[in-house]
Amino acid sequence: MDSLDIRRTRPAKTNAEMPLRETASQTAGPYVHIGCLPNTVGVKGIYPDDFTSNKPLANAPITISGKVFEGEGVVCRDVMLEFWHADEQGCYDNGIWHRSSTNLDSGLFSIKTQMPGNTQTAEGEVLAPFISVWITARGINIGLLTRIYFPEHESAINEDPHMELVSESRRSTLMAKAVDGGYHFDIHLQGVAETVFFDV
Amino acid sequence: MERSKQSFSKRNYSSQPKANYPDYRSTILRHQGHKLVALPQTLADTRGPVFGHMDLGDNDHDLIINYASTGKSAIGERITVAGKLLDESGKPVPNALIEVWQANTGGRYRHKNDTYLAPLDPDFGGCGRCLTDHEGKYVFRTIKPGAYPWPNGGNDWRPAHIHFSIFGQAFAQRLITQMYFEGDPHIQICPILQSIGDARAVNQLVARLDMAHSVPMDLIAYRFDLILRGPNATIFENKLGGH
Repeated sequence: MDSLDIRRTRPAKTNAEMPLRETASQTAGPYVHIGCLPNTVGVKGIYPDDFTSNKPLANAPITISGKVFEGEGVVCRDVMLEFWHADEQGCYDNGIWHRSSTNLDSGLFSIKTQMPGNTQTAEGEVLAPFISVWITARGINIGLLTRIYFPEHESAINEDPHMELVSESRRSTLMAKAVDGGYHFDIHLQGVAETVFFDV
Repeated sequence: MERSKQSFSKRNYSSQPKANYPDYRSTILRHQGHKLVALPQTLADTRGPVFGHMDLGDNDHDLIINYASTGKSAIGERITVAGKLLDESGKPVPNALIEVWQANTGGRYRHKNDTYLAPLDPDFGGCGRCLTDHEGKYVFRTIKPGAYPWPNGGNDWRPAHIHFSIFGQAFAQRLITQMYFEGDPHIQICPILQSIGDARAVNQLVARLDMAHSVPMDLIAYRFDLILRGPNATIFENKLGGH
């Protein structure tokens, strides 16, 4: 049996180049940990360790922690987050990836990583350092993408061509706060403080 | 520093689930109220973590035995789930990490927050992972999960399903979804599935019985292909025009 399950759903004009259609997303559900971070929920012995980064970092000087809130301000305790960013030189070939869940009791997530460097758009414009964050959970039907920017890069952020695409009143939702021991970054899924989410 | 171009076609949201779908109650307070802000793609999106080198355990893909005591195996209908990982242009995606998780044959998850009446199976953990091969093929051995009731304000039951998490070759291709089984009457009445307003896209989430790959007196085979976002059609057309 060949790919008979895949429907040819695009208009005839584009069928030749793009015959297939992206599989639809479904929620990760409340038990995402079993598949992605099994040891955190006591499913031990299948994988020796949970898979929480793409490489060991000898030097991970910054800590980023935060919580995720739903529309009535309640903390979400069943979220999985993934973080992806360029290395300190701005290189994605050596990109750094982390995975964390919000703690089942406290709702806090946390990663230790490096500060990414500047990167560029296709046109060569400079982008201020940022970390891409992908958020999945029960009640989120398709993963949400946001970014973390850092307060010490204020002048680069003010010149950043991507930040210009975000309405000024909402830009602060993308900014980490400097706190003792690192940074704090909360995510609001909806409401007056709703975080900016992106479509790329 | 590196640059990028618009490498992936825009996501077609008409075949994706609605973020706000009140029949699936959890979406009410967890969907975004604002429109997504469209950004041009950069290397942040067109690159991603690569796991082709990962050292996986020999039984990571075999949920029938990867949690079982020596000599034991999980209780349930023994099945294989296999297929290809392709992009929208039909190109195989090799060396991609696929992670799966599921309930046991009674519909119970091995998770402290799952308190359903059905018992845990001491020989079933419920997770597995593998890398696609050079042709984008993958295979898992497992047991068919049970349907189970869930708190959604009424008499709601999930169709039997297996959760899939897939890393492509770019962060823009990252996908989490669920696979269902051909012929399950719950498919038509599940609000999580029906949050996808496109019957063809729902159908693409349903694995087919594949007798040709069933193992006599051992395993029933199901076929499930997965499609990730593909290359930007505009760039592709330009390339074709150059021939």
